[in-house]
Amino acid sequence: MANSVDIKYYLILAAILFCLGMFGVLVRRNALVVFMCVELMLNAANLTFLSFAKQNGDLTGHVSAFFVIAVAAAEASIGLAIVIAVFRSRGTVNIEEIRTMKH
Amino acid sequence: MSIEHVLFGVFALLTVLSALMVIFAKSPISSAMSLVATFFFLAGIYVLLWAHTVAVMQVMVYAGAIMVLFLFVIMLLNLGESTQAGPRLTLPRVAGGAAAAGLLVVLVMAIWRVPSVNTFTGQQAVSGGFGTLARIGQTIFTQWLLPFEAVSLLLLVGMVGAVVVAKSRI
Repeated sequence: MANSVDIKYYLILAAILFCLGMFGVLVRRNALVVFMCVELMLNAANLTFLSFAKQNGDLTGHVSAFFVIAVAAAEASIGLAIVIAVFRSRGTVNIEEIRTMKH
Repeated sequence: MSIEHVLFGVFALLTVLSALMVIFAKSPISSAMSLVATFFFLAGIYVLLWAHTVAVMQVMVYAGAIMVLFLFVIMLLNLGESTQAGPRLTLPRVAGGAAAAGLLVVLVMAIWRVPSVNTFTGQQAVSGGFGTLARIGQTIFTQWLLPFEAVSLLLLVGMVGAVVVAKSRI
């Protein structure tokens, strides 16, 4: 269809989001903000799945996006629990000051 | 220039702007609120991709459940403004920016060669029920049943593990 947005632009938006998430993971020191940037990268992956699903008319991409969302929920629950445990024993969430996971 | 182009441009711009605010916000709470905004704008983009069901899941699970968990933890830990005074250009930041920019250039150059075959039209999508909950459920419960059950087990393990890890004394 001529008047529909080309899939390239969706993929480029996903690439921009992924690189922004990667930049955040590399430069931020607050562990919670690093987690949020990981969520940004997961969303970029979802956007790519859905773009290719639209291009091919195949619903497998939607199923993959569903699985990514479920895994992100599990990751967030475990990650935040670890952040709480680390904060309780160290008193900080700065990932430069956390050098060991040992008690 | 159709309405789809306009909506895509608006949503894409807002998504990138709010994603930038996630990274550059001072306090973690404003990062979290910008992330909620990013998820809402991305849900709009998903609707443009005929993924209504995934858009609804995005709003419910991401913007609803996961972000509430994030805000709850931020407020529980009582994290204020970051102690870093001003944006300083340190070596790790420059290196991280260079790495991200390099990856972006490579990705865009690769994506530009993706052949744009738009054989799947809107009429086909509507008549085939593309992206509806019924069709996605059919796909999950016929071709992806074992991964679906594995995901439910993963969520159970995650729930129990979160309680065990965050407990003060076991």
